[in-house]
Amino acid sequence: MPILEGKGVTKYFGGLAAVSNLDFNVEQGEALGLIGPNGAGKTTLFNLISAALVPKSGIIRLKGKNITGLKPYKICRMGVARTFQTVKVFANMPVLDNVVLGSYFGMSPGLSSSDAVVKAEEILEFVGLSEVKAIPAKDLTLANQKRVEVARALATDPELLLLDEIMAGLNPAEVGQAMELVNRIREKGTTIIMIEHVMKAIMNMCERIMVLHHGRKIAEGTPQEIATSNTVIKVYLGEKAHAGS
Amino acid sequence: MDIAKVVSKRSFMLWVSFLVLILLATSPLYAPEYTVILLTSIFMYIVITVSWAMFSGPTGYISLASAAFFGVGIYTSAILGKTLPLPLIIIIGGLVSFCLGLLVGALTLRLRGVYFIMFTFGLVELLLHFILWWEVNITGTTGRVVPTMSNTTVYYLMLIIFVILMLTTYFISRSRYGLAMQSIGEYEEAAAHTGVNVTTVKVITFAVSAFFMGAAGTIMATRWTYIDPRIAFNPTISFLPVMMAIFGGAGHLYGPVIGAALFTYLEEFLITRFPYYYMLIFGIILVVTILYLPDGLVGVIQKLWKRILEMKHADT
Repeated sequence: MPILEGKGVTKYFGGLAAVSNLDFNVEQGEALGLIGPNGAGKTTLFNLISAALVPKSGIIRLKGKNITGLKPYKICRMGVARTFQTVKVFANMPVLDNVVLGSYFGMSPGLSSSDAVVKAEEILEFVGLSEVKAIPAKDLTLANQKRVEVARALATDPELLLLDEIMAGLNPAEVGQAMELVNRIREKGTTIIMIEHVMKAIMNMCERIMVLHHGRKIAEGTPQEIATSNTVIKVYLGEKAHAGS
Repeated sequence: MDIAKVVSKRSFMLWVSFLVLILLATSPLYAPEYTVILLTSIFMYIVITVSWAMFSGPTGYISLASAAFFGVGIYTSAILGKTLPLPLIIIIGGLVSFCLGLLVGALTLRLRGVYFIMFTFGLVELLLHFILWWEVNITGTTGRVVPTMSNTTVYYLMLIIFVILMLTTYFISRSRYGLAMQSIGEYEEAAAHTGVNVTTVKVITFAVSAFFMGAAGTIMATRWTYIDPRIAFNPTISFLPVMMAIFGGAGHLYGPVIGAALFTYLEEFLITRFPYYYMLIFGIILVVTILYLPDGLVGVIQKLWKRILEMKHADT
């Protein structure tokens, strides 16, 4: 049974179909890459899965259970955590508190306050932010703020982690560190869906890639298949131009 | 070293609070009647301001419904005053406010920013005119007489509410719900996706803060003896806690307390000394505070404290 499954998922913004009649499957433990040009509906799909938006039609199932129409906090407590394309850290709160919130309210609520702090500290150690745990999140670099978001998501004990462009805006060294972090999260057995424009990362880390364009799935397959697919090349680079015409 | 410092600072604060509390509790024994009455007003404003800040401080939702909850307390007192003992009325007044807070919170806390502010303020006007209409058309009166209590009784009741409120605020701010409210104020969407049931947290806290405002209203009504809807639902009561909290520093536990206390005292002082210019002077003080002390008085005190500590370190 797939951990996440969508059937005919559709969402309109006004008259525009941001996601239209989309079917998808995510298997337990896999890393699925989500790519597509700007406005293809990738983040909208994340918003639909995490219940920030309600689909107009279609259903989304998590481990076989219909989760369409549930509230975001419920989705989180069922084991789906996410990060945001534009960072949404709790800017004036210390890094540690950002993460403690996740361990208080996530999949296993009811932790005592000292246990929640211990857990948050372990996660900060895991993502490499122990040294800045007392600093307000707003004073961190972008790369580290993205790490805070990942740590906050991990603190909720997710089985499925949605990573929305965690490498955008990072320099090559930071991209390398972020890739290494994602690999370590995968080793823990967490299923990952990642939206990314950094192709190196997508090609190296995902077993499977889904390509969206105008809210529709136009291709799906292994990184090799996607890299050589004519449809995908057309969507990204346009039709082949004929010299002289 | 750090931990020792924190612990000693905390126990120091605890002792100071305890001493102040004993002084306050015994003040009717030796202080003049006027002081006791002034202290009652101060505590009334502190209770309203602290309960306002309990919700609006961390979440950033600016509520102007304080006068509505306060007024509900006043009317509870006026309606039940002759039949029930006061402590029971206080609890009932608080509970009625609490329920109104739940209802209003559930309806309006989906609104954000200026819409929430306008709606909460509209609630005050709505209740005012509804009760006015009710009194004129159904009961055929406009005012009501509230059984009075001695100044000392009113003072002690207000002091008790104040202490309960401070304990509640303290424990909420240190609990996971305090953290949740802070995260809602920072980024509500992110808080929801981190597992926080944002609606419940907001509505419950809003209702708890309404409870204390209602309780304060119930007590104060007994001091005013005569009330009508315009006295009970006075819009000023909605604006004062906002100003007092900003004046003292809304982001700290003691900020609203200090703000409300100084503000009330200042008002009293200016009214008696400069009856004609007091509003003008008051306005100037407010403008200066907002322009130059964005973190309120507590912010200034903390900055000074830091500077003193740094000087000490420089010496050694």
